[in-house]
Amino acid sequence: MTVGPQHFLILSAVLFTLGVAGVLWRRGAIRLLMSIELMLNAGNLAFITFARQFDQAEGQVYVFFIITLAAAEAAVGLAIVIAFFRLRDSSDVDELNLLKW
Amino acid sequence: MLQLIWLIPLLPLVGVVINGLFGRRMSRTTVGWLACLVVLCSFLISAGAVWQLAQLPEDARHHAVEVASWMPLGDLEGATDNQALSNVEISWGFALDPLSAVLLLVVTGVGLLIHIYATGYMAHEEDLSRFFVYMNLFMAMMCTLVLGDNLLVMFVGWEGVGLCSYLLIGFFYDRPFDERTGLSCADAGRKAFIVNRIGDFAFLIGMLYLITEFGTLNYLKLSAAFEQAHGIGWMMSAVGILLFIGACGKSAQIPLFVWLPDAMAGPTPVSALIHAATMVTAGVYMVCRMSPLYAHAPDALAVVGMVGAATALFAATMGITATDIKKVLAYSTVSQLGFMFAAAGVGAYTAAMFHLMTHAFFKALLFLGAGSVITALHHVQDIRQMGGLRAKMPRTATTFIIATLAISGIVPFAGFFSKDEILWGAWSSGNKAIWAVLAVAAFFTAFYMMRLTYLVFFGKFRGGDEKFSHVHESPNLMTVPLMILAVLSAVGGLVGIPAAFSVIGLGDANLFHHWLAPAITPAGGGHGGGGHGAEAAHSLGAEWALMTAALAIALFAFWLALRVYKREGTAERMATRFKPIYTTLRNLYWVDELYDALLLRPFYALCRVFTAFDKWVVDGVVNAVGVTAELTGQIVKLFQTGLVRNYALVFLLGVVAVLYYLITI
Repeated sequence: MTVGPQHFLILSAVLFTLGVAGVLWRRGAIRLLMSIELMLNAGNLAFITFARQFDQAEGQVYVFFIITLAAAEAAVGLAIVIAFFRLRDSSDVDELNLLKW
Repeated sequence: MLQLIWLIPLLPLVGVVINGLFGRRMSRTTVGWLACLVVLCSFLISAGAVWQLAQLPEDARHHAVEVASWMPLGDLEGATDNQALSNVEISWGFALDPLSAVLLLVVTGVGLLIHIYATGYMAHEEDLSRFFVYMNLFMAMMCTLVLGDNLLVMFVGWEGVGLCSYLLIGFFYDRPFDERTGLSCADAGRKAFIVNRIGDFAFLIGMLYLITEFGTLNYLKLSAAFEQAHGIGWMMSAVGILLFIGACGKSAQIPLFVWLPDAMAGPTPVSALIHAATMVTAGVYMVCRMSPLYAHAPDALAVVGMVGAATALFAATMGITATDIKKVLAYSTVSQLGFMFAAAGVGAYTAAMFHLMTHAFFKALLFLGAGSVITALHHVQDIRQMGGLRAKMPRTATTFIIATLAISGIVPFAGFFSKDEILWGAWSSGNKAIWAVLAVAAFFTAFYMMRLTYLVFFGKFRGGDEKFSHVHESPNLMTVPLMILAVLSAVGGLVGIPAAFSVIGLGDANLFHHWLAPAITPAGGGHGGGGHGAEAAHSLGAEWALMTAALAIALFAFWLALRVYKREGTAERMATRFKPIYTTLRNLYWVDELYDALLLRPFYALCRVFTAFDKWVVDGVVNAVGVTAELTGQIVKLFQTGLVRNYALVFLLGVVAVLYYLITI
């Protein structure tokens, strides 16, 4: 069996689904960030796959952008988590429910 | 001085500004004297200007000063056909001519005396600076009214004096005023303002008519335009009647007279200045001013005469039963204003202006005398609580009696000459009915004035001995203006000695008539106003007879009043005997009640309908919009849980839905 693009794409889909599931069912803020990271990297994998398949460099360039963006997102996200932890002594996002009427 | 006439209305405004801004921080004396000083300056300029005017030749006695352009209206509709309607402009201009000179001197002169009197009268009242701000504002507005060289400037003053009248009637705004109607002083002010509004509305429509037809409101230009106007007689009559309705409001004529008796809620100097001497005569002045119009509108002039005569009689009868000293004088004022309109209505404009002037003297005097009595008795106004005050208040009593003689038309006091001229004008113009009505009104005038004087100053004091011992004469600040006015009431008539007196060697000494002649267009049309003298020459006998008759009527009324009121109980017996008449008069013909039933109640009912509409329909729609928005919000907010994972789920579902859509398309 040769490893073709479809395998990478399936892996990418599986990773993305795991990320979504983590965001939806996990309550810890850190895990939530990690799940988001997972989804982003699933996207990266798909980009790389397509770049390879169609022999185009743009996909790889996008991946660099996304890695940079993910780093920034992680920095902001962790800062929020720390501020939230100082306030509530917890990192449970279900306690972060003040943003409503 | 003639160049400075624009300063006359402006100077009192200086008093308004200074007293209005700093009055509360200045001493009471300063406030009072400042107010008097600005009026004095106005009076001096007026006197100087009128003196200079008198030096000019008779035909040139008209001096206009245009202060500023005001309303450049451009071309009106129909400008292509009518030159007068193109490039119409109304300017802010003042003019002095013999007619405005008379009223100007009366306003500033009598106004000055009343201001001086008021510094004494109001010495112990709160809010002195507010009082004098209003008074000075009134003087400014009245001078604007008199000096304006077109109807619109007059209208500015007209509305301004109405405003001041309202403010001053309601000066003691928190005090109750009338027990019978339950009005407070503030209500009385509102009543005056609203009734005047009706008249002012008609006045405004009249002006708009004039400007669309003639393209100007300037008196001289209008006068010239009327000469060339043909075939629009109905329009002239309509305008004449509309302007007269305005005058009815301002000068308290039937049917708009109801506000004046209630205007007595104001401080007494206000009643003297505004509601006797000056503002209420503005209507008469306006009718005389518009004599060129009325010369082309005989129907309107006839209405003026009839309404005036009817008011004269109607109000005079109401004066007989009133028991409030100021109300008696108020009905008297309405009645005397009726005399003036009747005079104007029969074309005797000079007689109207003459009576306006003499009336300003003696009626101001009567009111100020009444004020003196009221202060001495500590705010008692009921003449049934007075009597015998002559002994305690000799100056007030003497001056009051002089004024009574003047208003009743006893020779040689001022009212005799002016009233005689009105009666003669009515008779000689052929309006015998008006003459008869006025003669009866003159009888009632003499009757109620003698009744008032007797009940207040003669007989025995009816308010208790203890109170009587506290009564004292008013200070000089109040009695000196009384004495000056008494002199004017006594000799003021001599400027208009009727032609009939020429037989005793005075020549044609009617200075007043000659003075006004150039400013008046006689009712018959055409120019020059010398009809009186020529006519009088061949009916001297009739004039003498009328004069004697008028005098006899007044003396008979005096005698009758004395008979009724001298002995205790006679008046009461008369009242029981003629109970229906007495009750009718006592309730003032139920005019207020009639207006209440005919106008106010339907009006209030209509108001209630509109209130309901506003409350249920208009407010209902607005509220429904609000309630809908809120309900929607209440429902939508349920999706806003604040839980990040819920949002993420919805987000995911959204993405799936979009993807599904994109794929299946």
